[in-house]
Amino acid sequence: MDKRAAFRSWWLPSLFALPQIILILLFFYWPAVAVLRWAFTLEPPFGGAAEFVGLANFQEVFADPLYWNSVGVSLAFALCGTLATIFIGLVLALAVDRQLPGSAPFRFLYILPYAIAGPAAGMAFRFILSPERGLMASVNAAFPDFWNPAKYGSHALILVIVVFAWKWAGYTFIFLLAGLQSVPRSLIEAAAMDGCGPIRRAVDIQIPLLAPTLFFLLVIMMTEGFVGADTYGIVARTTDGGPNHGTDVMVYRIVEEAFRGLNYSGASAQSLVLIGLIMIFTFIQFRFIERQVHYK
Amino acid sequence: MRVSVTTSVFLGLMASVALGPSATAAEKTKFEFWYGLSGDLGERVQDACKKFNDSQSEFEIVCTSQNGYDTTLQNTIAAYRAKKQPAITQIYDAGTLDMMLSGAFVPAKKLMADNGYTIDWNNYFGGIANYYATAKGELNSFPFNSSTAMFYYNIDAFQKAGIDFKPDTWEQVEEAARKLKTAGYECPLAFNFDTWPLMEQFSAIHNQPIATAANGYNGLDAELVVNKTKFVDHVKFFKKMADEKLFVVKTKQLGMDTVPAFTSQTCQMIQTSIADHGTIGKTLPEGVKWEVAMLPVWKGTERQNSLVGGASLWVLAGRPEAEYKGAAAFLNYLATPEMAEWWSTVTGYIPVTETGFDAMKANGFYDKAPYQGRELAIESLSFTPTSENTRGIRLGGFTQIRKEFATALEAIFMQNADVQAELDKTVERGNAVLRRFEKTYAGQTLN
Repeated sequence: MDKRAAFRSWWLPSLFALPQIILILLFFYWPAVAVLRWAFTLEPPFGGAAEFVGLANFQEVFADPLYWNSVGVSLAFALCGTLATIFIGLVLALAVDRQLPGSAPFRFLYILPYAIAGPAAGMAFRFILSPERGLMASVNAAFPDFWNPAKYGSHALILVIVVFAWKWAGYTFIFLLAGLQSVPRSLIEAAAMDGCGPIRRAVDIQIPLLAPTLFFLLVIMMTEGFVGADTYGIVARTTDGGPNHGTDVMVYRIVEEAFRGLNYSGASAQSLVLIGLIMIFTFIQFRFIERQVHYK
Repeated sequence: MRVSVTTSVFLGLMASVALGPSATAAEKTKFEFWYGLSGDLGERVQDACKKFNDSQSEFEIVCTSQNGYDTTLQNTIAAYRAKKQPAITQIYDAGTLDMMLSGAFVPAKKLMADNGYTIDWNNYFGGIANYYATAKGELNSFPFNSSTAMFYYNIDAFQKAGIDFKPDTWEQVEEAARKLKTAGYECPLAFNFDTWPLMEQFSAIHNQPIATAANGYNGLDAELVVNKTKFVDHVKFFKKMADEKLFVVKTKQLGMDTVPAFTSQTCQMIQTSIADHGTIGKTLPEGVKWEVAMLPVWKGTERQNSLVGGASLWVLAGRPEAEYKGAAAFLNYLATPEMAEWWSTVTGYIPVTETGFDAMKANGFYDKAPYQGRELAIESLSFTPTSENTRGIRLGGFTQIRKEFATALEAIFMQNADVQAELDKTVERGNAVLRRFEKTYAGQTLN
């Protein structure tokens, strides 16, 4: 505490903070205010008289059963996607962390999918897992409709979650591997000498010690699943929100409404609701889950 | 040392500022053109721009692809709001109403008159011009790339199945499909959930309305009516055929869309745009016999003209006067018979003016493969003079309405939803889109 650096004047620290403040104002508050204004008005896309309509845009959004459908789809997507990415990342990280001979290249390989843009991955998986031409075509030939994301909403949802997990598992992997490497070796060695196998050590020592990292990833991945640009890109390239709104996640709906429908007002209202939902989820996560996390 | 660096940078800046204007003063007037076509068609637009730039020394057009019709409209809106709009932009059929109500354009007629060009506006095919014109028939934009939906079928397969008639009616299509199935063809006809041929073109050629108020031409208070027209029976027919596996769904989600399904000879009949004529001819293996025809009608129907698809060119307001001279020169250049012929030849789009079409016919363009058959698109478009039901579709938020119907078709064909109930629901949702559009443009009327 006594070593704290203190500025004698107020303008110098303000000057240092200025670039950051300008960036935040420009790229966060300005758009947020624009969205806020749009959400309460009706304005033609090319500009013109923006008529104040009060809560009409919100009422329209809430009255639409398909909107609630998309909230449900988004929840399922974000939850399953998050759990899948964290689980896969964890298994891969635990495996690589054992440092068995030949494991070094995998450290690099597992991160690679993260470098691929979501829409590109979506496009690739649309072909790989297409029911009539892809890997599952032969299975479908024997058992008709065993896998048909063009027909069943549940299959389509699995498809987009698979693409999401495939891409983002590399991201969780980096964090979890870094976390594992800070687990004291002596603990693991002691456990090994007491006769614990790798799975026992993972469950009883490594995973509990990873709790802060896991919590961080939970928050980040849930947010990514809800509002990430990849979520939109993946859905747009694979299922287009279909079949029959089966994968109509909230971000997809917002982008469609705004840019295909040119309904900026309705899309802004939906954006605000989405922001609110994310705040609630993050609050729940911090309030109830973080309590279980011990940092020291 | 530091001083010398700053000084030299400063001097450099001074020099560039000083030299800048004098270097460009002698240059041509530059103006921008944004378009939505991409890939092969996008490169043909670039060729057109280059031809224009080489043809004269006064103007220079800079053409930029926005990679897609909908993105072009979005980017045009964003640019207009930021006052950085291009002089010319290419807007697709479904965006026409948004442009008309925007007040952000210079009407085609005014632009050409102001810049001293006399254009024979009656020279445009009625079926094409009326889609983009006001209810009174005044063109606000220039028809550019135009197409219509056609019916393609594989003659080799027809012969093998012993079919000796042309599929002019849907009854004949059904009979052909049954014969093809018996002859061992797994997929007699392929279709997807694109509403353009299935709903829009079908409604026009069968003289069925899509919405009230002359499909929206007479006012923003139009309401969808497709759940009460022959379209319902048509969907039911498709559903019955699909259940019997005579008509087969082919979408990109299933692994193959309709055009590749046809060119790989997986499926023997499809409905798609005349703009695919070139691609289909190039992709089908050498020696395979196929033909293009006008869309089938139900027996006893008095066929009407089909609707034009594609896009038109809009000149945006708020640019310097000099750019409008260039824009007018470019649009005039595109309309010359030589350019019209060149554009149709390299793309497969149809000529938009009668003189352009006549010149191509006189040259024997349509007499032999690979262009033979494309003249049927003109025949289909100008089969009858346009009427209330066949002029076009002037509905707000039509991109979204199309998507609602595509989703309904998905529910009907993939998940066995009831045809009438699903269409009723979709019409209701579509009407909500229309009402919101009307409210957004409150106080504005269609001229």
